[in-house]
Amino acid sequence: MKTESILRAAVVIGFIVLIELLCRLGVIPTSVLLAPSTMVTHGADLLRAGKFNHDIGISLLEIVAASIVSVLLGFVIGLVIHALPRMRRALEPLLSSYYAVPTFIFYPVFIVVLGVGPLPIIAIAVLLAVVTMITATLDGLDRIPRALHKSGLVMRLPVWRSAFFIKLPAALPYLFTGMKLAVAYSFIGVIASEFILSGSGVGYAIGYAYNNFQNDDMYSLMLLILIAVTAVNMVLNRIDHRFQSRRQR
Amino acid sequence: MKNYFDPLIVAIVIVACWQVLHLTVGDGSLSSPWSTLTELVHMLGTQAFWSNATETAKALGLALVIALAGGILLGVLLGVNRVSGVVAEPILLNLYSLPKVTLYPLVLLVFGLGLSAKVAFGVMHGLIPILMFTMNAIRQMRPVYLRASLTMRLPLHRTILHVVLPAVFPEIVSGLRLGFSLTLLGVLIGEMFASQRGLGYLLTSAMNLGDIRTIMAVALFLTLFALLCNGLLLMANRRLNHR
Repeated sequence: MKTESILRAAVVIGFIVLIELLCRLGVIPTSVLLAPSTMVTHGADLLRAGKFNHDIGISLLEIVAASIVSVLLGFVIGLVIHALPRMRRALEPLLSSYYAVPTFIFYPVFIVVLGVGPLPIIAIAVLLAVVTMITATLDGLDRIPRALHKSGLVMRLPVWRSAFFIKLPAALPYLFTGMKLAVAYSFIGVIASEFILSGSGVGYAIGYAYNNFQNDDMYSLMLLILIAVTAVNMVLNRIDHRFQSRRQR
Repeated sequence: MKNYFDPLIVAIVIVACWQVLHLTVGDGSLSSPWSTLTELVHMLGTQAFWSNATETAKALGLALVIALAGGILLGVLLGVNRVSGVVAEPILLNLYSLPKVTLYPLVLLVFGLGLSAKVAFGVMHGLIPILMFTMNAIRQMRPVYLRASLTMRLPLHRTILHVVLPAVFPEIVSGLRLGFSLTLLGVLIGEMFASQRGLGYLLTSAMNLGDIRTIMAVALFLTLFALLCNGLLLMANRRLNHR
């Protein structure tokens, strides 16, 4: 495992150095791509000057809100669907082909229904993220071993205690995988909707910088998103790995 | 018959919800199911719609071919070589969960306006799932297949062509199912920003005009198209898995 992590780091660093070199040597013109070092220094300047702090705050708030709503909503809907097998059978084809529908096309409808501002953006992100959570919940509930159900019965636990102390811990690894994906999808949904049609947020700031040929702002913000997503993913993946290894024990 | 009964009810419930929402927010905000359907039928009769649709179909087709070829090629390479696969997987997963829309300006600067940018954007979305499915399928392939090809002393390219690819074919179809919808999404988003043709452009111009009927009609068309293709791939997948 150790050598692989080192190799991985080497690949990433090598890639960054390659781009840096190509930019410095003028193979990639500055009008197309800035050197990574320039992006970092300019990004640090931007953060220090606080030019985009407002946008970053809004995006973060929207992402957190969308993640929480989609995780809770997805969990509850998953519970309900799991309890009703017939409804589940009917909904299964819908769930499995849900991601084939490009959700963004309903953005104008949300603007009209929820008004301009953060709400339609959160709604789009939830729409994108909630189904992974539903599927993960169903998956987790399906895979609770029958023996655990029975041991709950043997110990004569009341329903809520067996739900809290037996079923929830047993389904937790699957639920967490769903949470991880829901957060990733919330990120995508929020940033993308801001980019497409919005007046604030990091996505909007990138689009704005792009339209005004402010390449330095644009690339620094892109890098910021890249780093943020990578950091969040790494943390969630680590926790996920821990859960998965516990499951296999 | 019973197989179709429950999904039919689900469809009816969705249409009913749509109608109720339409009645609560009003005609200017959300067109009713019936008027959307008539608008769609009307639109299907116009030349302009079909020229836009062909434009999108062309970009989607090209992007799918490239994503499929690239995804399978890279997936096989990373799957056969264990170390490179383990090294690449987290990087790929991270790329997958990145909001790729933000990279759109970069794509435009590199590829320019027009078809190539749309295709590139579609490929960016669709390639990784196909790659991941192929790679993981090869990793989980029964080792006895590879041992058999070793015993027969097949050269690497014949091992891949005659042993590995047939063994992982069902997973490639699953990857394609996910990749298909993402590629469609990528192409549409590409058209929404930087194109004068295609269904994505039709959507943006309708959004700017506040023409909710056109938006809903195009959305309905895309939804039905996506569901149809997805259903076909799902069926193919089931049949392959039953083999």
